[in-house]
Amino acid sequence: MRGYSLAAILRHGLRRNLTWPEAIRHPEPKSRYDAVIVGGGGHGLATAYYLASMHGITDVAVLERGWIGGGNTGRNTTIVRSNYGQPANSAFYEHSLKLWEGLSDELNFNVMLSQRGLINTFHTAADREAWIRRYNFMRLRGIDAELLSREDLAERVPAMNLSTDLRLPVLGAVLQPRAGVAHHDAVAWGYARAADAKGVDIIQNCEVTGFAREAGRVVAVETSRGRIDTGKVGICVAGSSSEVARMAGIRLPIETHLLQALVSEPVKPFLDVVVSAGDYGMYISQTDKGEVLIGGPLDGYNSYSQRGSPATIERVLASAVELFPAISRLRMMRHWAGANDMTMDGSPIISRTPVEGLYFNGGWCYGGFKATPASGWTFAYTMAEDRPHPLNEPFTLERFESGHLISERGAGRLPGLH
Amino acid sequence: MLTIPCPHCGDRAETEFVYGGDAGVSRPADPAALGDAEWSAYLYLRDNPRGRHSEYWYHRSGCRRWLQVERDTLTHRVLATSFAGYPKRGSE
Repeated sequence: MRGYSLAAILRHGLRRNLTWPEAIRHPEPKSRYDAVIVGGGGHGLATAYYLASMHGITDVAVLERGWIGGGNTGRNTTIVRSNYGQPANSAFYEHSLKLWEGLSDELNFNVMLSQRGLINTFHTAADREAWIRRYNFMRLRGIDAELLSREDLAERVPAMNLSTDLRLPVLGAVLQPRAGVAHHDAVAWGYARAADAKGVDIIQNCEVTGFAREAGRVVAVETSRGRIDTGKVGICVAGSSSEVARMAGIRLPIETHLLQALVSEPVKPFLDVVVSAGDYGMYISQTDKGEVLIGGPLDGYNSYSQRGSPATIERVLASAVELFPAISRLRMMRHWAGANDMTMDGSPIISRTPVEGLYFNGGWCYGGFKATPASGWTFAYTMAEDRPHPLNEPFTLERFESGHLISERGAGRLPGLH
Repeated sequence: MLTIPCPHCGDRAETEFVYGGDAGVSRPADPAALGDAEWSAYLYLRDNPRGRHSEYWYHRSGCRRWLQVERDTLTHRVLATSFAGYPKRGSE
């Protein structure tokens, strides 16, 4: 791999940009690999990259049914943050944020991390206490966190409606300054290119159709392009986890639900921070292209359709217009829904499974994008060492049986509420 | 937007309903007799199919009856509805 650099831009520019090499190879699958990753999204590609770069396992195939980054990696709202209360989540997502901060350099690919800050507004006295408690936890753990008054908000987010006539007036907010956004496609492409350069085979249009097992061990993966023998398989297919795990005879504590987002036509910059208003069930940011990007809560029922309900759009947009009246006449330009793995406690699973040599990574709820680097980092460790890293030790499959749930919201076993 | 044919009220929009989750899960008759594995399987494990799914919906803004709905989770097509807890009615 020739690195991307200023010199490369000049060199290829002089040749009218016709000479850039392809970012990754397109190999035919071999009949055997040391390790196989199922799923070529950000998490699978990151896992392959860290297997090669940190654990010296380079004979790896990433099998992707469609194209890399074409699933939930391309269907999120690109927020990166580590503002969690539960100790396990806090440590994991802060590790992820630190990896994000060095990622463009590490991958030689600009992932366009923009640490513009994340503001969580609160609108009731109880919510205020809950947020302050959570941000105190963060400060005690050395994670950046600030409390903002209404006056601070007027200065920091002039477009926000701070009127006391709102149904739920803004009482204040908390801010994580190091949070922000990154570019979703760049993360997939950056990891893919860096993994490919280390010898990982990225195989697109290759659907996994089954797992061959012998004496409780996985020995091969059956695919639409033939059988691939291997001793280690990592599943990274959040959204379709239940369907893929079923092929290995594993039932998961997961339901698949829809999460929607939509963007407006582009306008001049007016919002330079991500704002999330939990009580309104709405979050909003402005992309580098000027589009206003708005997301909301789950639709609330099992679905793989990747088509959201208009009822949710209406509710989310009503909230967005109430808090940011200036956007009321914007036309919405694109809309999409992702099929999310929702676990029963709202936290992910990065774990060994009852099948030897088969590892599972999924259940990302709606926190998968920001977790991409740490997910790959800890999953690669788990696959290479056949045991979890301390950072993902709490995120086992067994926690549901032993009762060690990691429930950020305490919402009980109702995936639609996490 | 889902349209759910309520056996009592007829075709109604999803906004009138509250989702009640997987109807294929039954509470064990004698929970005290179960080990951790069986109890946690009842509490947490789901088939979560990509396709036909049996689920509960509560018709909050209508007849306030609990319904059992057979729905395809990929196409959102409703295949059958009946009152929960009664022998199935409605059509395939």
